[in-house]
Amino acid sequence: MFEPAGPQAHLILQLWHLIAWTCAGVFAAILLVLVAILLRTPRAPMPAAPDLSTTDKAEPGPRRSVATAVVASALLLLALVVASVFTDRAVARMSLVDAVNIELTGHQWWWSARYINGPVSDTFTTANEVHIPVGRPVIFTLKADDVIHSIWVPRLAGKKDLIPGRTASLQLRADEPGVYQGRCAEFCGLEHAFMGLQIVADPADRYEAWAAAQRRPASEPADAQALRGRELFLSQSCAMCHAVQGTTAGAQHGPDLTHVAGRRELAAGTLPNTRENLQAWIADPQKHKPGTNMPSTPLSQADLSALVTYLETLK
Amino acid sequence: MTAARVRGTALDVSSLPTYGFSHRSIVWWATLGMIAVEATVFALAIATYFYLRSHATTWPLAGKPPDLLWGTINTLVMLGSLLPNHLAKKAAEKDNVSRARLWMAVCLAMGLLFLVIRIFEFRSLNTGWDTDAYGSIVWTLLGLHTVHLVTDFYDSAVLTLLLFIGPLEGRHMQDVSENAFYWYFVVASWLPIYLVIYWAARLH
Amino acid sequence: MKRQPSEQEIRDAAPRLRDGPGPGSPEARALDETWSDAPGLIGWFSAINHKTIALRFVVATMLFFGAGGILAALMRLQLARPGNKLMGPDMYNQVFTMHGTTMMFLFAVPVMQAVAVYLVPLMVGTRSIAFPRLNAYAFWVFVFGGLMLYAAFFVNAGADAGWFSYVPLAGPDFSPGKRVDFWAQMITYTELSAIVEAIVVITTALKLRAPGMTLNRMPLFVWAMLVTAFMILFAMPAVMLASTALIMDRLVGTHFYNPAEGGDALLWQHLFWFFGHPEVYLIFIPGLGFISAIIPTFARRPMFGYTAMVLSLIATAFLAFGLWVHHMFATNLPELGKSFFTAASMMIAIPTATQIFCWLATLWTGRLNFKTPLLFVLAFFFILVLGGLTGIILAAVPINLQVHDSYFVVAHLHYVLIGGAVFPLFGAFYYWFPKFTGRMMSERLGRWNFWLMFVGFNVAFFPMHLLGMQGMPRRVYTYQAESGWGQMNFVSTAGALVLAAGVLLFVINALRSWHAGAAAGNDPWGGGTLEWAASSPPAPCNFHALPVVHSRDPVWQPLPSGPPAQPPLPTHVMGLTADERQLLVTTVVDARPDVLHTFPRPSIWPFACAVATTVLFTASIFTAWAVVWGMVPVAIILTLWFWPHRHETARHLAMERKP
Repeated sequence: MFEPAGPQAHLILQLWHLIAWTCAGVFAAILLVLVAILLRTPRAPMPAAPDLSTTDKAEPGPRRSVATAVVASALLLLALVVASVFTDRAVARMSLVDAVNIELTGHQWWWSARYINGPVSDTFTTANEVHIPVGRPVIFTLKADDVIHSIWVPRLAGKKDLIPGRTASLQLRADEPGVYQGRCAEFCGLEHAFMGLQIVADPADRYEAWAAAQRRPASEPADAQALRGRELFLSQSCAMCHAVQGTTAGAQHGPDLTHVAGRRELAAGTLPNTRENLQAWIADPQKHKPGTNMPSTPLSQADLSALVTYLETLK
Repeated sequence: MTAARVRGTALDVSSLPTYGFSHRSIVWWATLGMIAVEATVFALAIATYFYLRSHATTWPLAGKPPDLLWGTINTLVMLGSLLPNHLAKKAAEKDNVSRARLWMAVCLAMGLLFLVIRIFEFRSLNTGWDTDAYGSIVWTLLGLHTVHLVTDFYDSAVLTLLLFIGPLEGRHMQDVSENAFYWYFVVASWLPIYLVIYWAARLH
Repeated sequence: MKRQPSEQEIRDAAPRLRDGPGPGSPEARALDETWSDAPGLIGWFSAINHKTIALRFVVATMLFFGAGGILAALMRLQLARPGNKLMGPDMYNQVFTMHGTTMMFLFAVPVMQAVAVYLVPLMVGTRSIAFPRLNAYAFWVFVFGGLMLYAAFFVNAGADAGWFSYVPLAGPDFSPGKRVDFWAQMITYTELSAIVEAIVVITTALKLRAPGMTLNRMPLFVWAMLVTAFMILFAMPAVMLASTALIMDRLVGTHFYNPAEGGDALLWQHLFWFFGHPEVYLIFIPGLGFISAIIPTFARRPMFGYTAMVLSLIATAFLAFGLWVHHMFATNLPELGKSFFTAASMMIAIPTATQIFCWLATLWTGRLNFKTPLLFVLAFFFILVLGGLTGIILAAVPINLQVHDSYFVVAHLHYVLIGGAVFPLFGAFYYWFPKFTGRMMSERLGRWNFWLMFVGFNVAFFPMHLLGMQGMPRRVYTYQAESGWGQMNFVSTAGALVLAAGVLLFVINALRSWHAGAAAGNDPWGGGTLEWAASSPPAPCNFHALPVVHSRDPVWQPLPSGPPAQPPLPTHVMGLTADERQLLVTTVVDARPDVLHTFPRPSIWPFACAVATTVLFTASIFTAWAVVWGMVPVAIILTLWFWPHRHETARHLAMERKP
């Protein structure tokens, strides 16, 4: 939130500075009065008779001070309301010319992203790692598959809920290349803690290259080990949930794995994507992410190795 | 004259009455509190009805609106019960036990009638509580009101029984008056619910 | 069948004594006897004296506070370092749900009502809370509801969908099993209890005030509890409807929250927050009441700006119903709606600010008696003000969208609730402990207690603001080392343990003082409201002669200022029957004597009815038919509860005067 990389996050930070410093000033003023009271108000020797001189009488001094303070607070609050409303409008009024359209769906506990630009043949699906071009607006169409989720990428924009039965949208723009950590912000069950989302902002040319690669189906395995891995993938339970474009595996219950090897992380930010981690994950997902919907797959060490070799070819 | 009198530095209250009607009675205030709570529940349930409706493309979601016959008859019966209810209240406030008995009994008879008709109302809703969200809210509205009918009927029955067999004291006339107050509420709260269940489903 | 009492029976039942004479007189002894609860086990379960029930109620809520605190400590231990394995997600989700549910439903609201049940009758100068049996019933229902929730937790059926139970996560598809059902039914118990208590407090404050205590002289604490009670009447129905719809969705297949059948997930959020936001204020407003009671006593002067204080309380209550949507800014809302709720959320700061300025003015122009209760109140100015200001920050939609559902909100809400309610509550305990028990709490331990809590609290919760701004979301059972949140979480955990030590010291202080504290006398602090005119602890009847009130601080000013009136003004009431539980009912605004109301004697029926209610509520989790057959014992018990005895009727008839 303090290192904004997009126009919305920038505007929000400006508003933050305005409101937070105003509030800090008010806080300091109240503490100052409190300290003054502690220093200057006389102590009462006990038992002290109460001072009843003010009953049924106006106290013009305190009354004036209190009235002034109340009016000042009201005016200050009014100013803050105005600032907030204007910032909100500015955030909403980002130019959407030449926007990238992505349909983002929240699942327990991962994200799928469908790029829906241009003709249908250009559509492709990925999971948990969303690349966007630097400097171009992105429109996320937000949906939820099961329960309510919420997307939050602090360095780019505020959050937005993904609600079953409803569609929302979130617009944002990254002005600097980089990897922006995002996550689900609405409690969504057991593994709410591990529902990460990475937004990768690439310069235009790299983004186009990435998108072009994503549109291609998975490449044919080159060696026997990987071929055997693919066979296992299709014959074991993997294909019941996952899709790899270009093969018969087309299920949508889990992340699309067509280009899984190109991603930085596994299981929505649970583990870095390395060969060892991938192997450990497939062998026992419940150990790393208790409650995840992926069951452990009983495979021999050799089979597991072949399967991972195949998955690693899915660049 | 029943009032507090000053005697020396004391305020003598020994001659005050031992019960009073309407806002003089603390039980009346408790009844008013319950009415506030229940009216809020009804209002929110009605708000829920229109909230769900505002998200639907057709309303009722499936099937047809409730049949008007039984609901309308029951509305008339309930409105009719206001007369004996009013007379029971007046009799109680005039400390006339035998008239209070009579009109409470008439009230109960009408109460029995609208409880029976209520069964037919449920059967003419043309939806089930588990059919869709429309069915759920309509059943809930009618169900909530029926709970009030049943409890009010039971309260009144117990009180009427007490009027007939005792032991009685003046304060029970206050109970009769407050029972009538609540009966007014149960009937009055039905009117908006009736309009929502039977007529809002017909307006487009 | 001769049910009506005979003339002879009525003559024999005639009351013998009328009150008026002070302590030591036969009349006073008769009053003490009349208003006492019966001894023995049955007597214990039949008790209805408001002070007995209130103390049990306070102890019960504080035990739940302890349980909720232990759960909080467990969470802090789990989060102390990244990737900690103390708890898995299944346990953690139950723990944080139970923590929130306990603190909101089983501690914060009921503890305030419990204190009110003790103090309101004393402060308004009467002998009992209105409807003492109903009050006992509400207490037992509350206890059984809390026990049911914890029983479920101990057999691994603890609610795990959050204290807010958002659907569809809490719905039938994503929370199978009984966990959420127990949660939803717990709501029913506590709502029933809270609503009954609200009605009891409203009636007491409006109808049982001592003669002369016009609304305009009612103590500010009573005003605060009256406003709270009214808010309960209108807020609680929303969550009752919401949770009933939830449990019906889960158990009988309705579709309120099922989008596939025309239902809507956001319906839950609207209903829940229509209750949930006022809920915050009905925790916070009693805290304001405590402060308004404590400050005048320790500043040795009447409260400055009484009228402004009352109007602020009422304004807060109204505004509190107009800002529920600020919990839902991240859902898809129309722009105009958001602006409205931003404005409302910020404007609610004005009445609170007004009260703060009035308190500061009172302190400024007074003379300070620097004791532990005042320390806790001064902490309010630090903690609550900070929490209120982060609330203003949160009301701005764009910022809200950044920090919503992050640890920033966790920090904010604890600053508001602990600063606004718990610190004043502890101050209130120190202040009224002498009244409850007749003994003073230790000042030395009190200071240690205060500083441990104050420092521990800030160390525990201040870093959470920063964690939230760095992106740490709420309700996660762990986080990764690479996030860089480890250090601040560790600091926060350390602070939480210090805070816990402070609370523990309070318990020690309370237990020690209860047995061995210095004797307090009637009015150890020199307070101005009527509870300080009663003995400590108060006699079963509170006052042997009810006071007649002529000013806002009747103990300070028993008669109006100026030369004594001729003939002299009355100072107390006489003429209530001393051998019956008779009360003086007064008019709502001017508190003119109006009616004598006779309360029933202690009875086992409230307890029995609470047991029957518990069977009904708990069984209905397992079979919907329990709603039907469970009503039968409840109806029978209520009828027996209501049905008069002939002897009772004879006594009443002997006293009867028709209006």
